[in-house]
Amino acid sequence: MTTTVSAAAMVTDPSAGGASAGRGAAGRSVARSVLPPVVLGVAFLLVWQLAVVAFDIKPYLLPSPTDIVGQIVVVFPLLWSSLLATGLNALIGLVLGGVLAVVLALLASRVTIFDRMIVPIVAAVAVVPIVALAPILNTMFGSTSDTPRRVVVLIVVFAPIFINTLRGLRQVRPVHRDLMRAYAASNWQLTRTVTLPGAVPFIFTGLRIAAPLAVISAIVAEYFGGLQNGLGSRITSAAANSAYPRAWAYVFGAIILGLVFYGVTLLLERLASRRRA
Amino acid sequence: MTDTARTTAPTPSEVLPAISVRSAGKIFTVAKGAEVQALTGIDLTVAPGEFVSLIGPSGCGKSTLLRLIADLDSATSGEILVFGKTARQARLDQEYGIAFQSAGLLPWRSVQANIELPLELHGVGKAERAARAEELIELVGLTDFRSRFPDQLSGGMQQRVAIARSLAERPKLLLMDEPFGALDEMTRERMQQELVRICSETGAAVVFVTHSIPEAVFLSDRVVVMSPRPGRIVDIVSVDLGPGTSRSDSLRENPAFFAGVTAVREALHGSPVAPLGADLR
Repeated sequence: MTTTVSAAAMVTDPSAGGASAGRGAAGRSVARSVLPPVVLGVAFLLVWQLAVVAFDIKPYLLPSPTDIVGQIVVVFPLLWSSLLATGLNALIGLVLGGVLAVVLALLASRVTIFDRMIVPIVAAVAVVPIVALAPILNTMFGSTSDTPRRVVVLIVVFAPIFINTLRGLRQVRPVHRDLMRAYAASNWQLTRTVTLPGAVPFIFTGLRIAAPLAVISAIVAEYFGGLQNGLGSRITSAAANSAYPRAWAYVFGAIILGLVFYGVTLLLERLASRRRA
Repeated sequence: MTDTARTTAPTPSEVLPAISVRSAGKIFTVAKGAEVQALTGIDLTVAPGEFVSLIGPSGCGKSTLLRLIADLDSATSGEILVFGKTARQARLDQEYGIAFQSAGLLPWRSVQANIELPLELHGVGKAERAARAEELIELVGLTDFRSRFPDQLSGGMQQRVAIARSLAERPKLLLMDEPFGALDEMTRERMQQELVRICSETGAAVVFVTHSIPEAVFLSDRVVVMSPRPGRIVDIVSVDLGPGTSRSDSLRENPAFFAGVTAVREALHGSPVAPLGADLR
């Protein structure tokens, strides 16, 4: 269905005339980049469906796509609310972790002693086993709180954003340093007008790595008890009740959430880089 | 040597030079405590409104001298005064504008925002900034490019933006470190002519580092010839080609221009230039 819609758009666009020719070309290039994965996805689902029917695969091994879609429709209100709950945890963790990472990277780029102190700590944070930490945090903050999950997300997203930002902050060209010194600019002015804007592409690289990680860790953190309001909790409880198509329905929600996070990050990056070119 | 500025018979209170360098030296400490004498015994006075070029082979310390005047590095000995203040105080008071070999524009700022940068840093209001940027964009002939970004401009255009930026605060002194070094010969000659016009219009004193003899002669009132190991001034050649406003392309074929080129060249080589065959060694 999706394929026919975009094909139709491709056909109608060029006839729109000279003024919107550029938009038509853009539409065509979008179609060219969107069409192949959509075709592949549809083919994959077809093969999946046929295989399940033809080989009579049991639902606890692999439910068919139609079963999963049926479940998505049935549990949709719950799926939606779980998606929002998990998404909010991931978002809060990502934003707090991102801000913390950028601020600490700024400090590390300015204060040598702080740099030496924090780099080993970041290495330690980067290898924290989240699976082990989640139950401990649940005990710390109480199992009726969303905080443990947000903390887990924060820890996971911190390292990639911090490391990339710090690298970006160290890219200042000597000529810009000289120029700002000649202008008798303060440290803060140097940071605000040269160092930080120069590091923006690096910050986005870190963010692009961190955004899907935020969703994954928010879901995994729910596996270890606490509130039963998110996608991870729903997946475990559905699986525990042998409701496999339902579990898959929630997995589908998780995939959508991850894609949304990744897509929004990508969009923000595009917007930021458009301003400079 | 006649060390006179273009201004005629100034009263004593007005003779405060733009730059006064007294027996300045600079020693760099390199790896393992070894020391390199980059500059030694530099004496130089630049009058207000005077255009002085520093020329010499690589490693003669001409850029280092400029950096000392700009207080981007500090001298290890001697005294450097800019408009009667220490180099540091002059930098803090924004007594000079500066341009480097690399234009050094901020790639995420438009042409206009780049030119406004020093004004913005020093708290000039938005409307005033825009008005000043407008004037400067016109001065360097980039009216159609004000909202472009640096990577959309040619090297010569970028350098023009850098020059406009260096003029933003109407400095009475311009420090330029091989600003045309990376440009092709044609663009370079055009830029020289624009620079000489701009400088005589603004009346700023200029210290201009270059390794091109014709460039130094075309632009300057005086050419300071330097020599390496250790960096020092070997000669100062006065060039009398008239005020900047009258310097045009035709000057490049003028006998006085050639005489200047020859004089600078002889000073660089330390003796009258040998015949062509001998020079090839």
